Amino acid sequence: MTAEDPIKNRDCVAGIDVGSLSTEALILDMECGTAGYAIVQTGANSTDAAVSALEKALAASGIERDQIRRIVATGYGRVSIPFSDKRVTEISCHAMGAFHLFPDTGIVIDIGGQDSKVIRVGEGGRVLDFAMNDKCAAGTGRFLEVMADKLQVALDDMGPLSLKAGGEIGISSVCTVFAESEVVSLVARNHPKEEIIRGLHRAIVNRVWSMVKGIGVRGAVTMSGGVAKNSGVVSLMEEKLGQPIHVYSEPQIIGALGAALVARRDLQDVQ
Amino acid sequence: MSLVKRARYHFMKDIGAPAVMRLSGAGRKKGPGRPKPGFGPGLNCAVRLKEIMTRHYFLSRYAEGAKPVAWVTSGAPVEILRPFGFYTIYPENHGALCGAQRLGPELCAEAEAHGYHQDLCSYARIDLGHFLSGKTPVGRLPRPDLLFASNNICQTVVYWYRVLAHQLKIPLLLFDTPYNFEDITENDVAYMVRQLEEMIPVLEEVSGRRFDSRKFQEMTGISRDSSFAWGEVLATMKTRPAPMTIFDAFIHLAPIVSLRGLPVALEYYHILLRELRERIEQGIGAIENERKRLMWDNIAIWYKVRDFSNLFAERGMNFVTATYTNAWAETISLMDADRPFESMARTYSLVVLNNSLDHRLQLMERLIKEYHVDGLVIHSAKSCKPYSVGQYDIKRLLMDRLGIPSVIVDADITDFRAYSEEQTRTRLEAFFETLEG
Ligand code: SF4
Repeated sequence: MTAEDPIKNRDCVAGIDVGSLSTEALILDMECGTAGYAIVQTGANSTDAAVSALEKALAASGIERDQIRRIVATGYGRVSIPFSDKRVTEISCHAMGAFHLFPDTGIVIDIGGQDSKVIRVGEGGRVLDFAMNDKCAAGTGRFLEVMADKLQVALDDMGPLSLKAGGEIGISSVCTVFAESEVVSLVARNHPKEEIIRGLHRAIVNRVWSMVKGIGVRGAVTMSGGVAKNSGVVSLMEEKLGQPIHVYSEPQIIGALGAALVARRDLQDVQ
Repeated sequence: MSLVKRARYHFMKDIGAPAVMRLSGAGRKKGPGRPKPGFGPGLNCAVRLKEIMTRHYFLSRYAEGAKPVAWVTSGAPVEILRPFGFYTIYPENHGALCGAQRLGPELCAEAEAHGYHQDLCSYARIDLGHFLSGKTPVGRLPRPDLLFASNNICQTVVYWYRVLAHQLKIPLLLFDTPYNFEDITENDVAYMVRQLEEMIPVLEEVSGRRFDSRKFQEMTGISRDSSFAWGEVLATMKTRPAPMTIFDAFIHLAPIVSLRGLPVALEYYHILLRELRERIEQGIGAIENERKRLMWDNIAIWYKVRDFSNLFAERGMNFVTATYTNAWAETISLMDADRPFESMARTYSLVVLNNSLDHRLQLMERLIKEYHVDGLVIHSAKSCKPYSVGQYDIKRLLMDRLGIPSVIVDADITDFRAYSEEQTRTRLEAFFETLEG
């Protein structure tokens, strides 16, 4: 690209979502929409992760740092990004992001690494109501990670494997620690992994379901967060809902997208 | 009761306590000081309240052996104890006090070390922990001669008080209130009246006094008037701006819980009410810039009252009503000094926790409308199952019916090991974002 490249004169905004496991940065061109994004591991230092995600997103989009007019931070590490202009909770950001991608969204189910939430979305992506589970690892991505480790299966393979399962083994414990020992004993008794995984997916869905019911289903359902990439969980959730679920190809970036949208809205309000 | 102890009690009551109050500064007639940022001027009455409650706990040490002492649950019909001259201690109020001073986990751990489970209500664990270790921030609680519990708030109190009765080898009076799925029946009332009547011989024996029905009626009248006054205190918050916040009410609740039926509580609420009315006349609000009005559901998070109070005030948000504070005013119009037994049965069995969720929902809808509430904070208290069950349904239904946004805060009344600052902050911030659209 050259210095005369019109892109270089455009105003852009960024959203950064610092989660417990991964950090996402997304750059939004004020005119053309998403310009690029990056996902990095959060690691021990949220600030470093935010810097590195932003740099990578800039590189991916060919945008210069000084084109970024406003940065909105979200996620549990939002307070530790000194260069952000504003902090907004992930609840509002997921609602904004999901609404932007799928405007018929009425409910967002976000299952992230350390918590899960169900958000009722109103006009323009506003949050009308939400419920959160952040007390217990069951019903979060963490639960699946622990189990994948115990089963010696790659996290990304859990979904496809469970879809191949001929049957399903019920997991009776709702607690991650108890379920872990349950899985160990099921493996020892030579139960097929696929069936155990399907049972684990069912356990997560059931766990989140009480929140879904609490908030009430209205309109289309969009899933966000890392677990939305797990086709097994999505399919069981669809079965339970009795309706299809919107899943974006990169469900993890919905929070960062929402943050960038908030930044863009703020700028437009000023202009 | 020993004569020496009685003389000592009266000496402390009339001379000792006032002297100590003066020395400790609790009774100093000074104003509430300069208001904190975000707040209007503080309540002058707070000083008087502190004096009353400090004195109550201070004197309680000298009550043992001088007066009959009873430990009572917050929902028990204490009026029946009053004519016998019992000094009443409310372990739940003591628990709240320990909670506010951040002593919850320490006292709970004492009980846990003796095998009581972490899932047991933390008021019970604090009380048992105090009982087993003697630890308390109030110096010392008097040993009871009698225990008085009612299961109109929960079943936990039944087992908790049975443990105390077993350990202390003293009588336990249990007032069993049938749960109201729909309406209360005449049979229910007769059943409860009978229980109250059967308590009298036990009370006579423990206190060494004959039952005086005139005195009983008189004290029932005082109790009724105090609860009415408390109801009026709460109703002042219907005004915009509200002259007090629900966080003030959590503190000013102490006399109606612990000193119900005694003239001191009635006097106090009259003074408080006068001050609040003056504030209304002068347009003085509890917080500087009341932009949003909120409702609180469930018992307070005692170790967070001050932090929450600041956090919300900073944003111009004021809690103006709560199902919790309302509980001591809700059924009071049923209390009738002319028919004390029967009316007592109705007043105490129709309280919010002894009623169906439908009732709770209707109550909340009414409070939301009357107090012009914009949003609701629901405390899901790990301790209190009867209060916390059904909250997700209530949340959804209030959203559906009235479009009221709400947030659930998972915490505990006193045991802050069940509380996460980070997670709560995210929820509350999301709630603020929702409210501010
Ligand atoms: S907090 Fe709840 S469970 Fe504990 S004593 Fe009170 S009503 Fe019972």
